[in-house]
Amino acid sequence: MPKITINDMEIEVEAGTSILQAAEQLGIEIPRFCYHDKLSVPANCRMCLVEVEGGPPKPAASCAIACGDGMVVHTESEMVKKARKGVMEMLLINHPLDCPICDQGGECDLQDQAVSYGFDRSRYHEDKRTVSNKDLGPLIGTEMTRCINCTRCVRFAEEIAGTPVLGQFNRGEDSEIGTFIGEIVDTELSGNLVDICPVGALTSKPYAYSARSWELTKTETIDVHDSLGCNIRVDSRGREVMRILPRLNEDINEEWIDDRARFSCDGLAAGRIDRPYIRDEESGKLVEAEWSEAFVYIKKKLSGVKGDKIAALAGDLVDVEAMVAMKDLMNALGSPNMDCRTDSGVFNTDNRASYLFNSTIAGIDEADAILLVGVDPRHEATMINARIRKNWLEKKIPISLIGEAVDLTYPYEHMGTGPKDLEKLVKQYAGKVKAKKPMMIVGSGVFRRDDGMAIHALLHEAAEALGIVKKNWNGFNILHGAASRVGGLEVGFLPQKNGLNFSEIISGTKDGSIEALFLLGADEFNARVHIGWKTFVVYQGHHGDHAAERADVILPAAAYTEKDGLYVNTEGRPQLAKRAVTPPGDAKEDWAILRAMSEHICRKPLPYNSQLELRTRIQKEWPIFKKINEVAPAKWVKPSMKGRILKDSFILPVPNYYLNNPICRASKTMKTCTEAFTNQNDFQEAAE
Amino acid sequence: MDRLARAFFLTEIVKGFLLTLKYMFFVPKVTINYPYEKGPISPRFRGEHALRRYPNGEERCIACKLCEAICPALAITIEAEPREDGSRRTTKYDIDMTKCIYCGLCQEACPVDAIVEGPNFEFATETREELYYNKEKLLDNGDRWEAQIAANIVADAPYR
Repeated sequence: MPKITINDMEIEVEAGTSILQAAEQLGIEIPRFCYHDKLSVPANCRMCLVEVEGGPPKPAASCAIACGDGMVVHTESEMVKKARKGVMEMLLINHPLDCPICDQGGECDLQDQAVSYGFDRSRYHEDKRTVSNKDLGPLIGTEMTRCINCTRCVRFAEEIAGTPVLGQFNRGEDSEIGTFIGEIVDTELSGNLVDICPVGALTSKPYAYSARSWELTKTETIDVHDSLGCNIRVDSRGREVMRILPRLNEDINEEWIDDRARFSCDGLAAGRIDRPYIRDEESGKLVEAEWSEAFVYIKKKLSGVKGDKIAALAGDLVDVEAMVAMKDLMNALGSPNMDCRTDSGVFNTDNRASYLFNSTIAGIDEADAILLVGVDPRHEATMINARIRKNWLEKKIPISLIGEAVDLTYPYEHMGTGPKDLEKLVKQYAGKVKAKKPMMIVGSGVFRRDDGMAIHALLHEAAEALGIVKKNWNGFNILHGAASRVGGLEVGFLPQKNGLNFSEIISGTKDGSIEALFLLGADEFNARVHIGWKTFVVYQGHHGDHAAERADVILPAAAYTEKDGLYVNTEGRPQLAKRAVTPPGDAKEDWAILRAMSEHICRKPLPYNSQLELRTRIQKEWPIFKKINEVAPAKWVKPSMKGRILKDSFILPVPNYYLNNPICRASKTMKTCTEAFTNQNDFQEAAE
Repeated sequence: MDRLARAFFLTEIVKGFLLTLKYMFFVPKVTINYPYEKGPISPRFRGEHALRRYPNGEERCIACKLCEAICPALAITIEAEPREDGSRRTTKYDIDMTKCIYCGLCQEACPVDAIVEGPNFEFATETREELYYNKEKLLDNGDRWEAQIAANIVADAPYR
């Protein structure tokens, strides 16, 4: 390992570490524009110049030079300072002085570094160049005159997103970034282009001109649009969420997030339920009500209804506290009918290892062969797809897919579409897999069929036969479709003894065996069509979406940016969401609504008065919640399930990536994305 | 002894009367008949705020929010969005004149000389509400005082 001296400080680094990275480890700041630690190194901005003793008598680009043993580097010498000033001056020659109208103003690398390392005045009096703006789709606004040609965006699109539509054209003074003719940046990661752009050349279109970085309150929380629990930062002003940015978490999303998580935030302000409603029995219209009126009405409707004729369903965006409170409420009412799998998935929930993403998301980096089963990671969990692509890019690992063929931004072998093909594959390769750490990723769509249990058993067998589960490696991964799902499974928001599951509850509403139904943010199915008309439906949620159309009583709840809540991601990692803004109108946190309702409809109110008490109760019963942000490993249990398997092909669970939950459906930005990115036929299908 | 003599000859009182007489007859008059007459004010005078326009009628303000950021009294509130032609403009520009301390930092911060504190100091009102200025009122002020504001900026330019 080479030993290197930077500014008289010695450090031993791993071979291959660049001077810039070594300096970073020592806490020495070296300015840079083109260098980004997740992208390749082009060394074209020349801002990171340092002086290397004994080398050629000129400054060297520290991002591109690996540390050599005995190297002596200076980052603050006169030569370096002069070089930096020169580079800065050259970058500013053609950079417009439009900081006051630039959205990057206040959080701009160029602005900051010009102050720290540049001259305080300009010697340039000639005309500046201008570059025409490019159309990069409905999310990314461009102001290409501001571009300093660092090519971070080109490298991001090519390496991380896998959609090489950006490029650098022309030479010298005329060089500019652009797209290939007629292409827009069709990737679910496009928002990250805005983040990596060190200047204001690529900006967020929906956020354009709406706020300044210094007036925003920053709240570090987690995302709920998919089951990964990507770490995000919610920037709010007053009661409004202005934008959402990714937060570094190497174990989950590295430093990216997908467009749905980032750009659907305008949906948080639109179409909200801000007060309780009761459906008038005669006219069938929803009438505004007070909280107490709503509770009294629910009590009246529930009186005389037997416990086993009541049911509860928890939707995709619900936090663990709410599900536990709902479960306690149902237990108090004497009902065993509850389910959190509102995507109609059926699978074995007896032990954790069979429904978790066991290898963890970071484990994808280690895998040396990946089998995808009935999954479209690009649209179900974009960050997982980016990880797989990163691994493929580094090691060219073999990737196979059974299920619907989709564009995944990396090549794969398509090995069939249904369970029969999986059986064939197992027969062919059982015991012959050479890969040391093979991995199987199973989509949630695989279980959305009547033979879900049997499929689950087949997957277990396949995992054992193909060496996916072995000592010290568990590559059996279920990729769930919703943020609330694993939380619900962990706390057992599932049919209790003799209880009904999702499809049975839904059919129960039609044949009269379910008389009252609580929908806890369950908007995943068309309630008006599927729920029988006689059933009394209480919907508790934040958007006037599918379920609110059918509900008899609507209780306004807080969305994920408006409450503190526990979520468990698909790995089984509990994470805390923090409140960034206050809920609109009369809306309250879900658990608080249930606690208040229990005073009316139960004999004894639920035994907790604060969220802390509720959380203590949760931690007592389910110890995994004691350690936030940590994955408690699950023990693999040999499967003992059997069942008949149908011939049908696997289906994909995401009909339209941009309109997957009530927040997205309320968002204008997501609607424009749907129009721009999916073709018209798909859009019509999704609308139906 | 000296004190006694001065008291006896009433020298202080005589001196006082002489001063009065001097101002009465020999020194030019300084009192002015306000509000019909007004005293001179410096081009740097920081009075009532105004939002200026360019000569072609386009408003100068580009919603950079620097004035809002620097305002020590938090008197300025701005909201912005892209105008139809795509330019960056304010949809709301409010100044709470009851909060304002007339420090002039907003006009120092403004990169386009849009917000200025003009020469007008006579904007007392009967109710507080009238002192909550909105964009319309400020632009109106700008139109009314433009000639003088422009002259003041020119007069002060050599010192900047």
